Amino acid sequence: MNGFFKSSIGRKVAMALSAFFLMFFLLQHLAINLLSVFSPELFNEVSHFMGTNPLVQFALQPVLIFGVVFHFIMGFILELKNKKANGVAYAKNNGAANSSWVSRNMIWSGVAILAFIILHFIDFWFPEINTKFIKGDWSGTMAGVEGYRYYEELIHKFVNPIRVGAYVLAFVFLGLHLAHGFTSAFQSMGGTAGRKKTLQTLGKAYSILVPLGFVFVALYHFFNH
Amino acid sequence: MDLTLKIWRQKDSNAKGQMVDYKVTEISEHMSFLEMMDVLNEQLVNSGEEPVAFDHDCREGICGMCSLYINGEAHGPDRGVTTCQLHMRMFKDGDTITIEPWRAAAFPVIKDLVVDRMSFERIQHAGGYISVNTSGNTQDANSLPISKHAADEAMDAATCIGCGACVATCKNSSAMLFVGAKVSQYALLPQGQVEAADRVKNMVAQMDLEGFGNCTNTGACEVECPKGISLDNIARMNRELMKAALK
Repeated sequence: MNGFFKSSIGRKVAMALSAFFLMFFLLQHLAINLLSVFSPELFNEVSHFMGTNPLVQFALQPVLIFGVVFHFIMGFILELKNKKANGVAYAKNNGAANSSWVSRNMIWSGVAILAFIILHFIDFWFPEINTKFIKGDWSGTMAGVEGYRYYEELIHKFVNPIRVGAYVLAFVFLGLHLAHGFTSAFQSMGGTAGRKKTLQTLGKAYSILVPLGFVFVALYHFFNH
Repeated sequence: MDLTLKIWRQKDSNAKGQMVDYKVTEISEHMSFLEMMDVLNEQLVNSGEEPVAFDHDCREGICGMCSLYINGEAHGPDRGVTTCQLHMRMFKDGDTITIEPWRAAAFPVIKDLVVDRMSFERIQHAGGYISVNTSGNTQDANSLPISKHAADEAMDAATCIGCGACVATCKNSSAMLFVGAKVSQYALLPQGQVEAADRVKNMVAQMDLEGFGNCTNTGACEVECPKGISLDNIARMNRELMKAALK
């Protein structure tokens, strides 16, 4: 393996591996979010488990953070390297003639997702870290709320129409990113030959249904509370 | 037809180039694009100006010498053709045509529309061959069993003429379609499999050394390739490198 991840193809493989991990994480995140629509009690139970289980908190969470940070940093590094490889810019370049807009603008959909993640961290992750690791409160309860606090906190975040709008817009960008990223990750791993149709259909389904699921949860709570 | 041409002029590799406008008249729609360029150059020579330098050789789409980024596309707006096979019937009377050299840091401009593609040669030298002396003792083609499928795929990969359109059209100036094709044509056949691991490692290392970009799977190269080299060759190269790295 000596030097593999330093090669251009090794970096593609590393991007693809982190992408697979993040795409799997999105499915798990969506599944839990959907619980908030169908059963607030179950959503509270699962959220408490995820928020307090040592394996999730101290093993999976650091891996997730590493995966997210790695995917962004490697994405920016590759973009800079690619720009350096370009040389003089064309006076006229008709990119639309041979490739999709989403495939040519992964960096911009990525930047939009990064901006969303920052908002998302301010909304949910930082308060969680503050409650658990700084205040030392692992009870999952809140004054004035019966049972666990997670559902109550969630619905309060989806009251402000500007925040809900930002969430919806972010998931449009996520859908655009996935529209190319899903199949691209498989291609980078060397897995296209003979299976293109199935992969493309899977990619389309994933890139539409997963962001739509998150948008549905946000809009459901906005209109129902 | 009468045309306005916007052409990149650059005296030498160190000079600062610029787009210059030219007019050509009475161009036949049956001419090839390079014949139209010949008409322009004759006009320039007759008026005492320096003709436009551009690469060409066989003029029948097999040598890989001609290039040109025409109206924002490698080898122009037609599909599956090199610039020498591009006909003027693809354009209309009164059109303005932008003509630029391949753009990539690894393809520096030598003069006007001519770029240095020796980086491709150096990648080939790094492993695009088999270490067998075939001169004078060529074996019968059927002495080794090769499946029809592998033979077809290897032949398809081997049709790459190394023109560099893939690099020119790639937003990352990546050479992976070219290198993928060269790696594939050997990796698919028993004669090439003996040295497959070293070949892919050395060719990819040289590709990176030359300063080509990273593939982001936009697929633009496959569309613009005059020989229709498939993206599957890039996927195969990725698999070959992974296999080699695990050895």
